[in-house]
Amino acid sequence: MAMKLNPNKNVPELEGVGTSEQIMDQFGEEESYLHMIARRFFKHKLAFAGLIVFSLIVLIAALAPIITPHDPNKIFNEFEAAPSANHLLGTDPVGRDVMSRLIYGAQVSISVGVGAVAIYVAIGIVLGLIAGYCGKWVDMVIMRLTDVFMSFPYFMVILVLVSIIGPSLFNITIVIGLLGWPAIARLVRGSVLSIKEMDYVKAGVALGYSTPKILFQHILPNALAPILVNATFGVASAIIMEASLSFLGMGVRPPAASWGNMLTQAESITVLSSQPWLWIPPGLMILLAVLSVNFIGDGLRDAIESQNAK
Amino acid sequence: MPPLEQETPLLQVKNLKKYYPIKKGIISKTVGHVKAVDDVSFDIYPGETMGLVGESGCGKSTTGRSLVRLEDPTAGQVIFQGKDLASISHREMRKLRTDLQIIFQDPYSSLNPRKRIGDLLAEPLIAHKLATRSEADQKVNEILEIVGLSKQYKNRYPHEFSGGQRQRIGIARALMLHPKLIICDEPVSALDVSIQAQVLNLLKDLQKELHLTYVFIAHGLGAVKYISDRITVMYLGKVMELATTKEIFEHPKHPYTEILLNAYPIPNPHMRGRDQIVVDGDVPSPANPPKGCVFHTRCPFAKDICREKIPVLSGKDHLVACHFPLESVNV
Amino acid sequence: MLHYIIRRLLIAIPVLFGVTVLNFFIINLAPGNPVDMMVNPSATPEQLAMTKHALGLDQPVWVQYFNWLGQLIHGNLGFSYQTREPVTQILMSHIGPTLLLMGVSLVVGYLIAIPLGILCARKQNSWIDYLVTGFSFFGISVPHFFLGLGVIYVFASKLLMFPTGSMNTLGGDGGLIDTVNHLVLPVLVLSTGIAGNMVRYVRSSMLDVLGKDYLRTAKAKGLSQFIITNKHALRNSLIPIITVIGIDIPLLIGGAIVTEQVFQWPGLGLLTIQSITSRDYSTLMAINLLAAVTVLFANLLTDILYAVADPRIRYD
Repeated sequence: MAMKLNPNKNVPELEGVGTSEQIMDQFGEEESYLHMIARRFFKHKLAFAGLIVFSLIVLIAALAPIITPHDPNKIFNEFEAAPSANHLLGTDPVGRDVMSRLIYGAQVSISVGVGAVAIYVAIGIVLGLIAGYCGKWVDMVIMRLTDVFMSFPYFMVILVLVSIIGPSLFNITIVIGLLGWPAIARLVRGSVLSIKEMDYVKAGVALGYSTPKILFQHILPNALAPILVNATFGVASAIIMEASLSFLGMGVRPPAASWGNMLTQAESITVLSSQPWLWIPPGLMILLAVLSVNFIGDGLRDAIESQNAK
Repeated sequence: MPPLEQETPLLQVKNLKKYYPIKKGIISKTVGHVKAVDDVSFDIYPGETMGLVGESGCGKSTTGRSLVRLEDPTAGQVIFQGKDLASISHREMRKLRTDLQIIFQDPYSSLNPRKRIGDLLAEPLIAHKLATRSEADQKVNEILEIVGLSKQYKNRYPHEFSGGQRQRIGIARALMLHPKLIICDEPVSALDVSIQAQVLNLLKDLQKELHLTYVFIAHGLGAVKYISDRITVMYLGKVMELATTKEIFEHPKHPYTEILLNAYPIPNPHMRGRDQIVVDGDVPSPANPPKGCVFHTRCPFAKDICREKIPVLSGKDHLVACHFPLESVNV
Repeated sequence: MLHYIIRRLLIAIPVLFGVTVLNFFIINLAPGNPVDMMVNPSATPEQLAMTKHALGLDQPVWVQYFNWLGQLIHGNLGFSYQTREPVTQILMSHIGPTLLLMGVSLVVGYLIAIPLGILCARKQNSWIDYLVTGFSFFGISVPHFFLGLGVIYVFASKLLMFPTGSMNTLGGDGGLIDTVNHLVLPVLVLSTGIAGNMVRYVRSSMLDVLGKDYLRTAKAKGLSQFIITNKHALRNSLIPIITVIGIDIPLLIGGAIVTEQVFQWPGLGLLTIQSITSRDYSTLMAINLLAAVTVLFANLLTDILYAVADPRIRYD
């Protein structure tokens, strides 16, 4: 509706228009599209490093019960103890082992990040495909709905909703998942609009394929690259979102451990200034997790865009 | 192979129209129409090749795509096996699609870049439940051999092939469902000249072997002359002339046909002597076609009547839509 | 052009309508009735019952929605559950500090990002480019609250350069210098995020433009590098950046909530958190609606600015 710079959109026949596929001819014989993206991705040093760090965090989250030195909810006699051999990062004001809580916090960040994004990517893909492919009033309705959802400042509305329905790991995942789809829907719609004019989609129609088959097997795989990039950055933002909500007391609530709620204690100026081991490690973990995901997203984007631009 | 009088047509096009609305203003009011195809009628007989010729923008591709309902016609009928393709349900249309196929102009955009050739070709059979996976695989081997490609290519992706090879794959895909009629939408115009002949020969051989009927769309007369039995000449969404290839080339009646022929290097030295009609001006916009005969703005013989009255497509075997057909001028 | 602007405005109307529907729906999830909030809680029970009936609380939900909308149009945002003040009044008293914080952060963020982005594009792949890229990744990745706590730890708690929070010194006489002093750290936090995001857009947009033929022409004509960069390239590369401002506004609102909480900055963000804690849903909904309308108009303005700045846009 808004701005269209795509010159091919309404042209029924593409008369000798060069496509990106043409350019792909110059590459090696046996290399598929995915291989090419992967090769470019791994050449991107930061992205590769990001992937390693993120994999490590996932591994830590998965192995948390095995690798934690203590039960994260066990209360020791030493409150606010400084780091020692027994408690590598000390204990919190309640007397729980900070190191163990830090390790369990990884589970929260990863599950919100991946879970919420999986939900909204699925919603966004379906709505975007329908809007782009059906066009007309269906497109109009879905796009206006997208505008409505995009008008709400994302974090604000999530905060308000979670505070009403009650803060919990499950609820924030669902709420982020149900509200995050508009960007994906717009992206998918845009891709569909250009892909559906491609002759291979027309060929699918002429061959009598069903609409779902055309949408999911012929259009979607060709629109996947930008979705993947967007979803990756989405994981980063969902991790920040969860941490912020938990920090404000509207996310994962104690006694359950989350990196965000571990930082809440630092709102007390004494903890902030004299017990940095309580709040710097979880803060750094959030930063590390988000940075690694952003590096991955950046690498993916470069790998995909340089393929389209060359 | 001119059609016999008593033969029933495989496909009939009756008064086909395709208008695209032009929208303007704040509430997207329709302020006019682009008449891409405006009242086109012709019959196609089994086993023949009908050439569809005209400059770009004349509506030949839209006509071709309407025949397989890639475009929904604004008005008119496309009758195939007693059914009007323009009005049947999508479900019914899907079944009929096994008999009607299309080959596209651009071999680069017509193959899904994410699918291996083997899957691309087996897909139609499996989607219509005409074969199991292994049967389809067998059929893919056969078809690849028929179009002159090695069956080892099955595991490759489209980008690993040249334009000519891709067009062969496009042809193979259209053949998978054993169609009766294939619309060839400028199938060779994106290819190198040396490759064009190979692909044209392949199409010709396939027609003989598989008893196919073609609608062959092209913007010039070169390839069309080689492959077509009859030729329909279109200009600004309308049929100007329709006759056998021989008639079109030897006795063109419409000034526009003559111009197209002049644009094509004529191998016959006897023909070269004729006075060449020179055309000037551009093709008028199909959104605002000229009144009367649509060609009058560029026609060297245009008279007053041409500016007012639309000529009717008439004649017995050689149809022409002109108030002053060429023979009456020249003879 | 004018048609495009009018069209865009007309499209905004159903969206605005949708925004109120969604907001009403969210209110309905909360305990208590949204129309309830319209009634002054300090009224006597008789008055209460009468107003409730007049507001149609016994009517179907959609009627209630239109009643609520009607009140909204007349500027009645309801009454606070907590303080019993009209919500409009509460909002007005908190909006100033937030606008100050956001406005200064936006300006500071862009003033940092635009020159840095240009510099990076001019010296692509130099050490300064890598350094700025690193800063930009840090800016978009660091959570506001962690950065906020970090700067308080360093600059307020250890170096004692700035106050740890609030907008004015308690018991002080206020004054501009005092406010600026309090403003430095929260602005530092918010503008880091804005600049981190913006610098990448400026860099890539500038790189894009620098590769264009008309800039080679400018160079071939013998124009100085300064004029080329700042006159020809900058103007064209800033056009796509307009859209980033549209993206920044909702991010800024989210960031402001957290930042105001960390620094106890007495704006709408802090009010949000307070309303959540005290379950003051009428205030909460009013803030939410205000924020949504702000974002809607920011998007509208972005689209129109973009169309004005780039004559190549098709207005259909």
